[in-house]
Amino acid sequence: MPKDSGIGASTKRREDMRFLTGAGNYTDDINLAGQAYVHFLRSDVAHGTLKNVDTSAAAAMPGVVRIFTSSDFDGVGGIPCGWQVTSKDGNVMQEPTHPILATGKVRHVGEMIAAVVADTPEQARDAAEAIVLDIDELPAMVDMKAALADGATKVHDDLNDNLCYDWGFVEENREAVDKAMSEAAHVTSLELVNNRLVANPMEPRVAVGDYARHSDESTLYTTSQNPHVIRLLMGAFVLGIPEHKLRVVAPDVGGGFGTKIFHYAEEAFCTFAAKACNRPVKWTSSRSEAFISDAHGRDHVTKIELALDADNNFTALRCLTHANMGAYLSTFAPSVPTWLHGTLLAGNYRTPLIYTNVKAVFTNTVPVDAYRGAGRPEATFQLERVIDKAARELGVDPVDLRRQNFIREFPYATPVAVEYDTGDYDATMDKMLELADRDGFDARRKASEAKGKLRGFGVNCFIEACGIAPSNLVGQLGARAGLYESATVRVNATGGLVVMTGSHSHGQGHETTFPQVVAEMIGIDADQVEIVHGDTARTPMGMGTYGSRSIAVGGSAMVRATEKIINKTKKIAAHLLEAAEADIELKDGAFSVAGTDKSVTWGEVTLAAYVPHNYPLEDIEPGLEETAFYDPSNFTYPAGAYACEVEVDPDTGTVTIERFVSADDFGNVINPMIVEGQVHGGIAQGIGQALLENCSYDENGQLLSASYMDYTMPRADNLPHMEHYTVDHSCQTPCTHNPLGVKGCGEAGAIGSPPTVINAIIDALQSGGHKVDHIDMPATPDRVWAAMQ
Amino acid sequence: MYNFGFEKPGTVADAVAALGAEDAQALGGGQTLIPTLKQRLASPTTLVSLTGIAEMRGVCTGDDGALCVGGATTHATVAAEAGAYPALAATAAHIGDPAVRNRGTIGGSLANNDPSACYPAAALASGATIVTNTREIAADDYFQGMFTTALDEGEIITEVRFPVPEAAHYEKFVQPASRFALVGVFVAKYADGVRVAITGASNDGVFRWSEAEAALSSNFSADALDGLSLPSDDMISDLHGTAAYRAHLCGVMTKRAVAQAS
Ligand SMILES: Cc1cc2nc3c(=O)[nH]c(=O)nc-3n(C[C@H](O)[C@H](O)[C@H](O)COP(=O)(O)OP(=O)(O)OC[C@H]3O[C@@H](n4cnc5c(N)ncnc54)[C@H](O)[C@@H]3O)c2cc1C
Repeated sequence: MPKDSGIGASTKRREDMRFLTGAGNYTDDINLAGQAYVHFLRSDVAHGTLKNVDTSAAAAMPGVVRIFTSSDFDGVGGIPCGWQVTSKDGNVMQEPTHPILATGKVRHVGEMIAAVVADTPEQARDAAEAIVLDIDELPAMVDMKAALADGATKVHDDLNDNLCYDWGFVEENREAVDKAMSEAAHVTSLELVNNRLVANPMEPRVAVGDYARHSDESTLYTTSQNPHVIRLLMGAFVLGIPEHKLRVVAPDVGGGFGTKIFHYAEEAFCTFAAKACNRPVKWTSSRSEAFISDAHGRDHVTKIELALDADNNFTALRCLTHANMGAYLSTFAPSVPTWLHGTLLAGNYRTPLIYTNVKAVFTNTVPVDAYRGAGRPEATFQLERVIDKAARELGVDPVDLRRQNFIREFPYATPVAVEYDTGDYDATMDKMLELADRDGFDARRKASEAKGKLRGFGVNCFIEACGIAPSNLVGQLGARAGLYESATVRVNATGGLVVMTGSHSHGQGHETTFPQVVAEMIGIDADQVEIVHGDTARTPMGMGTYGSRSIAVGGSAMVRATEKIINKTKKIAAHLLEAAEADIELKDGAFSVAGTDKSVTWGEVTLAAYVPHNYPLEDIEPGLEETAFYDPSNFTYPAGAYACEVEVDPDTGTVTIERFVSADDFGNVINPMIVEGQVHGGIAQGIGQALLENCSYDENGQLLSASYMDYTMPRADNLPHMEHYTVDHSCQTPCTHNPLGVKGCGEAGAIGSPPTVINAIIDALQSGGHKVDHIDMPATPDRVWAAMQ
Repeated sequence: MYNFGFEKPGTVADAVAALGAEDAQALGGGQTLIPTLKQRLASPTTLVSLTGIAEMRGVCTGDDGALCVGGATTHATVAAEAGAYPALAATAAHIGDPAVRNRGTIGGSLANNDPSACYPAAALASGATIVTNTREIAADDYFQGMFTTALDEGEIITEVRFPVPEAAHYEKFVQPASRFALVGVFVAKYADGVRVAITGASNDGVFRWSEAEAALSSNFSADALDGLSLPSDDMISDLHGTAAYRAHLCGVMTKRAVAQAS
């Protein structure tokens, strides 16, 4: 009989009943008595000196409670950055102040200049239109290389220039890499762009600030992946509110993909204004605002070179990248192109020497930060594209070239500072080739050609570092936070459990998967376990959900806390059964004495803990509640092999994805159905990046793709039919250093798929005799057609 | 959105009267106008809804055999009921999504004359007659460039009459984000010649490709178009396609439209 509960069961998502029947409680569903609404007046120029903000007419408009400008925030801290990167010359990065409302200058279209709080949203908006701005426009820095040119207009006048940092990694390897390049039998080089993206979660950002005058307590309801991080950053660095006077609640969150990790000025504003106005203050982002105020993703411009010896072994890799930071440093922005990118450049391969240089650049654009995969998709894209190009230049099979260079011994210490614990890259490659029916490809290509279409087969391998992250390590690398996770397991008297976790689902299904683990450990039904998350008043200090870390780090904390519970219940059971603790076994929700038929049920033991009439009070306390904090000793390293088959219409350049196969190694899997959903969604986003999505600015810093009329989100008909959209996770090399042996699956699809798609397009074009060796993403029909001309 | 008054008259005469008020504006399905209002890019004092006017709704066949579509008829109705002119029904069936098709109207689309809209190509290629509350306008005189038409202030499109061709097809290459036409070509073959209208491509809005019409009028086959091309000088160039790409697509889509015309 298939298992329907516990680890390995494809239990249906219990949260879906709520979401699908309209019973979800999202931040915008929160409406507080007496609430006022804020409308932010945002800059419509990319760069300019703010000479005057005249609010006098607006202040007299109906319903206006108060209008805020930057001077209302004198003495309030700026929005902090959570990661400090050090340049190769030993200097720390240049870190501009990031005010809540524009001060002195505006630096990107969408930056908030003034905020109108009024009785209704319409009144706030009407009054905002009556604010008169006097802005002297300055040249907008949009292109990164232009922003670094001598004499370029500075985005931040008080910094030396527009270079945030100039990072070299591993700097000690630089000369050896240069030498290996010059001595190589073959060097393949490639210049490419990793296109800028807008995350576009279905739920836009919302913030509701509340203040209780009697207790001096502030509450922020917000669309966040990590409410404790927001409480820490906003309380300690921006508003100066101690944690016991500040509660942050993130109720149901409708998607985030990274963009809801960060602390945003709107959150600080609503919290601040609620106190200043002594009224709850609410902000709901419109979709148009989201395009110009949610942190964007990616935006790297890279030159990558791969050196090979005469036998096609990889000997060195060199990568020079410009990474766009936008106008300000968003919370984790500096870490994305550095430690989440440079450390991944070994990929699945034994390349002995690797050097990467990353120049992070300030421009007059929306800040850029982590987006599903964060740094790892950028690393994978360039590495796998240059390997594919090398295979084509050398006339060898792209699969064989990859295989020849695979890492096969674990643990494996890469030259880029990380140690892979486990993996089996041949296994995922074999699985992928089998599922993709590569042997049948030639026949399918012929069938396409008979219809006048070109057909291509692309492969790709990837490795990612998930389960973020060992705190002591990231501390050395510049993180200003620890990256452990927490859980409190509370057992009720009659045996039901509540797990209060620092992880916070924004669509991943934690309310389903987390109970499966606890249920398995105790041997009870998963229905007995409830999850509480997303509220700093109800959960222990936790770091939240991103970096595919929830089950690997949050799940591990929950396992540790549950183990403490089990240890204590065994003591109680031993007492009740008058047996030695060492002889007590917990199985299927009952404690028994080994070798006897004596047993007590889970419920009898938990009741004894709360009704301790017959209880070892001299040895243990009553009650059953345990907390654990888990700090991982290493990252986890999910890996996989992907294949994509495309058809290209040579007359129009249209690319259609005919087949897609992923063979992933996520270690152990808790809920296969949820894992498959995560991978399907991740691949859809990766296909979005590869074929459709592009955040495009004009030379004046105006966002051209500022709505769904111009920003192309992937839709169902952009993806292959389900029978040719195969996601497999049967290759499993369990993680060796966390208790569940899990690696994390949330980002894999978005990391592994973009190069697979582009490799397939190049294969198709070359099969048609077109001498095209690269095409930048998104490979839209006009770009593909232009490349063929 | 700013505040506005709202009227829903039952007759064309009442609608015309209501539109006489200062800054009053007609409302069809609202699929263009409402988003514009939400962005506060327009501020009419009164919206006069045309969808309650029975005489402006529905599809029928006129005495001369033309397919007559009421000015307030939705795209969904045309898709379902214009069976006498299958290429027109198919065109309507591929405008936007179901929500757009259930509200958007032919009169609204033609009055708006978006350079990427589908109906303008259908009307121009069919040599349709745009009937208003005051006159009849030939399609050749009606379209006057991007978002510009022969309509006067307050003039209402009450009906559109499409002569039914022997064969026709609309081939639409979608702009990937909006799924309007990046280039859309409507080809219609009549006893007295072939008409080809192209939308999405030109800075001047929908236009007829006379060279292709001449070639197809003597030989209605895709091969007849070999060697013909349009200059890219006046083509739209934007995020989704260069002028050269659009010029190229005009040729490809015209061929495909001819090949599929029925
Ligand atoms: C998501 C989306 C996708 C779309 N995709 C497509 C597409 O693929 N192809 C396409 O062609 N269109 C597309 N459209 C546009 C759609 O077809 C609209 O229906 C059309 O542009 C306007 O028609 P309406 O009835 O909604 O007019 P409204 O928005 O109500 O009005 C538009 C303008 O026409 C005027 N007007 C309305 N009716 C009349 C009349 N009878 N006489 C005179 N003036 C009138 C109004 O005053 C206004 O100025 C799309 C729209 C959306 C929102």
